[in-house]
Amino acid sequence: MSEKTSWIRQKRWNPYLVGAGIGILSWLVFLLVDKPLGMSTEVSKWSGAVTCVAGGSETVAENAYWKDHTPKFGYSTLLLLGTAVGAFVSALASRDLKAEAVPSVWAEHFGRSPWKRFLGAFLGGFILIFGARMAGGCTSGHGISGSLQLALSGWVFFLTMFASGLLTAWLMFRKR
Amino acid sequence: MGLPFSTSSTAGLVVAALVGVVFGVLLHRGGVGNYNVIVNQFRLKDFTVLRIMFTAIIVGGVGIALFHKAGLAAFHIKPAVLAPVITGALIFGVGMVLLGYCPGTGVVAVATGRIHAMVGFLGMLAGGIAYAFTFPAIQDGFMKIGDFGKVRLPEITGIPEVAWWAGLAVIAGILFVFLPKTRSPE
Repeated sequence: MSEKTSWIRQKRWNPYLVGAGIGILSWLVFLLVDKPLGMSTEVSKWSGAVTCVAGGSETVAENAYWKDHTPKFGYSTLLLLGTAVGAFVSALASRDLKAEAVPSVWAEHFGRSPWKRFLGAFLGGFILIFGARMAGGCTSGHGISGSLQLALSGWVFFLTMFASGLLTAWLMFRKR
Repeated sequence: MGLPFSTSSTAGLVVAALVGVVFGVLLHRGGVGNYNVIVNQFRLKDFTVLRIMFTAIIVGGVGIALFHKAGLAAFHIKPAVLAPVITGALIFGVGMVLLGYCPGTGVVAVATGRIHAMVGFLGMLAGGIAYAFTFPAIQDGFMKIGDFGKVRLPEITGIPEVAWWAGLAVIAGILFVFLPKTRSPE
């Protein structure tokens, strides 16, 4: 079975090869552009772009946070868009494009209601970026890029975030 | 050769796009663009996330340490300001389990059609706005509590770089052998 599926169509690759690949991508960005891999700063810049449209550009220009994280097209924008393109092409090749509203593990515990799941996802996303920006990075910026440089900040983030996630998952999923 | 390229140069932007594409492919094929895989990591039922992260940290870290020694790469250390890093990480962990993605894997899930991830992405944008408006109130107080600066573990502990990598490799090796290899549903 899986021997016959070409690696281009395989749904999953070996996690160690994937991890090694991400490690090598880190070499490339450090060597070629003198930058670490990161994601959440760019998302908060998109928040600034939304605010520009909804609340006017002065609101953004006057804000102390966006002063240092100016929403404009650049390196990290292409990194985020590239990630989306790569994932899309990969899913196209492995036939994994799907308009999933409620993932199965959620459904087993909280039912099939898409609205309940959407509320959870919205709140989760909100909390996630709020925490990432307060900490100054996310799983990629702190967890991978920080930890691989043996940064104190990276390891403190990684271990604390993991502990918090374990507790949250226990509280959410302990029934059955 | 003008290495490293400026991030605003055409070459730098091409690198960003290409690295992004490969990052997206790897995250997707690693299975971490799947809600079930992320949530089951925190339920200790599927260790894919830890396998990927530990391998990335060790392969990436040993390489960059060597490049740094050879004078080819500079470190980019984020400051360890303990109050915001710890509080932010505690908040982040709750969000990651509730959403089932982190920002990078969330982008993967959005790009592969997951509707709930798209709603989650809107939540991320709202959270970014909320944070930007909270920041002015905390920037001079809370955000500066417990500032250890841009420090690395070898310097603050006095334990040499080599020992850290040897230790991490042993821990990762033991984890990789003994952690269960169960897989979450697609």
